[in-house]
Amino acid sequence: MTNHSRPGPGPRRDYRFPAVVRLGLANGLRVVVAPMPRLPLVTVLALVDAGATCDGPSNEGVASLTAQALGEGTARLEATELTDQFEALGSGFDAGGDWDGTLASLTVTPSRLETAVMLLGEVLMTPRFSERDVLRIRAERLADLLQQQVEPRGLAEDRFAEYLYVPGSRYGVPCDGSARTVGALETETVKAFHRARYVPQVTTLIFVGDVAPEPAVRLAERALGAWMGEALVAAPVDDRVRGGGPRVHIVGKPDAPQTELRVGHRGLSRAHPDYFSIAVMNALLGGLFSSRINLNLRERHAFTYGAKSAFEWRRGAGPFVVATAVKTDVTAAAAREILAEIDTMRLETVTAGELSLATDYLDGVFPIRYETTHAVAQALAAAEVFALGEDYYSLYRERIRAVTAEDVHRVAEQHLHPREIVIVAVGDASAIQGPLEALGVGPVEVHGVKQGEEDVP
Amino acid sequence: MQIPVETFRLPNGLLVTLSEDHSAPITAVNLWYHVGSANERTGRTGFAHLFEHMLFQGSENVRENEHFELVQRAGGTLNGSTWLDRTNYFETVPSNQLPIALWLESDRMGALLPAMTQQKLDTQRDVVKNERRWSVENQPYGTWWERLPALAFPPEHPFHHSLIGSMEDLGQASLEDVALFFRTFYTPDNAVLTIAGDFSPLEARELVERYFGDIPRGAGKPPLPRMDLPSRFGEWRREVVEDEVMLPRLFLAFRSAVFGSARYYAASVCGAVLGMRKGSRLHRALVREREVAADARAFTFDLSEGSDLLIVDVTARPDVSAERLEAETVGEIDRLRHEGVTAAEVGRAIALIETDFIVAMQSAGERADRLSQFATYFGDPRLVNTQVASYRAVTADQVNAFVHSNLGEDNRASLLYVPRNAEATA
Repeated sequence: MTNHSRPGPGPRRDYRFPAVVRLGLANGLRVVVAPMPRLPLVTVLALVDAGATCDGPSNEGVASLTAQALGEGTARLEATELTDQFEALGSGFDAGGDWDGTLASLTVTPSRLETAVMLLGEVLMTPRFSERDVLRIRAERLADLLQQQVEPRGLAEDRFAEYLYVPGSRYGVPCDGSARTVGALETETVKAFHRARYVPQVTTLIFVGDVAPEPAVRLAERALGAWMGEALVAAPVDDRVRGGGPRVHIVGKPDAPQTELRVGHRGLSRAHPDYFSIAVMNALLGGLFSSRINLNLRERHAFTYGAKSAFEWRRGAGPFVVATAVKTDVTAAAAREILAEIDTMRLETVTAGELSLATDYLDGVFPIRYETTHAVAQALAAAEVFALGEDYYSLYRERIRAVTAEDVHRVAEQHLHPREIVIVAVGDASAIQGPLEALGVGPVEVHGVKQGEEDVP
Repeated sequence: MQIPVETFRLPNGLLVTLSEDHSAPITAVNLWYHVGSANERTGRTGFAHLFEHMLFQGSENVRENEHFELVQRAGGTLNGSTWLDRTNYFETVPSNQLPIALWLESDRMGALLPAMTQQKLDTQRDVVKNERRWSVENQPYGTWWERLPALAFPPEHPFHHSLIGSMEDLGQASLEDVALFFRTFYTPDNAVLTIAGDFSPLEARELVERYFGDIPRGAGKPPLPRMDLPSRFGEWRREVVEDEVMLPRLFLAFRSAVFGSARYYAASVCGAVLGMRKGSRLHRALVREREVAADARAFTFDLSEGSDLLIVDVTARPDVSAERLEAETVGEIDRLRHEGVTAAEVGRAIALIETDFIVAMQSAGERADRLSQFATYFGDPRLVNTQVASYRAVTADQVNAFVHSNLGEDNRASLLYVPRNAEATA
């Protein structure tokens, strides 16, 4: 009926990542402007080098709490007044912290940009941090953590990190803190964190959209030119892992119809020179829908709705992790398939056809990733956080295309570590413990859902 | 901001919308089939969604697992989704890859059945059962997606039953069901196709005619049971669910004006006044001032037939009981009924909705999806360009008229989740 032959592509059309202008104010604040005048919108994003790795021992979660409390008023405006002023501009104010930085952003039409940036400057320099608001935000985070006892995905992710990294590593505690650490945070801790860490020398103000560089810089100067403060030197994060060979941790969730499975080990720093080869290798292993792990677990075995692998890129060595949720009775079989795919990736060179699946995808999808002002602003923030260099986004596609099958093989051998595998399975312990032991990966420990219910050696 | 819109219809009934934009070398292809879980027959809940999975399993000229691979090799992103009253399939590709995207969509619209096998059906049935475990059974409050429609629509109504389907019904689905569903609903006259982004209209039209032109028109689909419902429930329906959750959570639904109708915009603004972002009434009162809720929001389902639902969704703080959560939330609804909304509240809501709309329109995929939505429901994708004006025209009086008629005690359905382990609530 439809016997049209399969068409090939037409000639590729040029794409250029938006041109970027980078300037500095006298107080050390950096301003990055990328005009993208397609629609009447501007995203303004403030990046402060005050992520969770700056929390300090026993204050895990303070960076995140500080970021969330930023929107709760300024010295001049109460929380509800500040919200009203932002929302009258047609924009919410969103702020949050991740491992390596805090981002605060809003998106407005150009006529509202000036008011928006002046408000953003006020928030960064003189946040209110009233006792009541900080404690309320803290209680909301504690509510999230309570919910997590019955939410298997978040639980699996947090426990994987806890069992992977050495005790005392910031990476072993959730980015937003744990119930123990968040419960102990005080308003004064938040204020002290802001005083010490929110300074112009480690702040970048990024404008993307219907805006020109000169007016943007003038606006940044008006909003934040008077801001003062000295930057602290941040200590590098302790990203060592517990080691000691492969291990299996079961987090018991009686009667769970499914097991949330995490399989992985320590990954690499974002600064690692093999980044592009690893991106291609991981796309083939478990990054794409058509990757080996997803096709194996979903389309061949029907164990799951989906499976993914990822290197979590941070300044320190974040985890490499395969994540999936599988029917309880195939938990061990799914773990075995994942381990087999990791082994195969290390043992055999990928074919040219498979290589081009990843390189063509990563190359082709590049412009699609940066359709919106917000996506471009986030990309520019990542370039600042990881010091990727001014030409990073203009060279990205070329670098992906340069990755060879030999590169993929080499990085799989060097950076996938079957002998250091940690498996975390959140599910029905009575049903999955035996099969996971029979898998013979390593010692199996069973834990409770509540933190500290069992000793973790 | 005006989105360019050009439409034409093929002789087989396929309505095609073209929307050019050359600011980036990206093109979105988007198909809506006017079929959803509402069209499932008795004993086959979940079939429309299972069928959506089957559309990624290859077609006459596309091998198993090849559909995803071809789009990803082209540098594109793709997916599909099933809703109560429609199913969509979409991909965004580098603009020079438009031909393969259209060819893939035409091959599965024209010739899906030659590629269907029992083994593929069995595999996807298990994948969907795992999806059900993942999204409904092993997630706190995951059953709200099926409990709320079941509570809000009468048993014989097409929106009453579960979209993801019961395990039992999924087990019953057969290859004959696949063939019948395909022949009945996956026809060009029951679909709309939108192309948005960087393309030449002449070339695009030529490609569409070449690939879709010879697919035969369908024989028509069976009429749905009566969709119309009274504009109010006529009562306050209540369901309390004891579940494996740590905090009480309330879903409070009101029958509401259907998507795109004259009163819809006032209803949508009412939802934003109540529960869009931190400046909304519910967030301000329940989260910030009284500290009884950890989270509060409100939204509409955007159903275009029968009746829409406006839904308030509030989760308790750890020390707050389900009874208190419900009383405080209802108290805010009643306060709104007595006080009415102010022009400032309406202005805030419209400003937020308008920015969200423009932000979404940056993406070719979003533009294509909205155009397909208006083409499917109203036969006119140009309506996308009237949305901002329709919102701007909403007045406080109109919102108050909606509040008065739709938020009363005779038009409520509450679904209240209570922790089974009662010690979690004091």
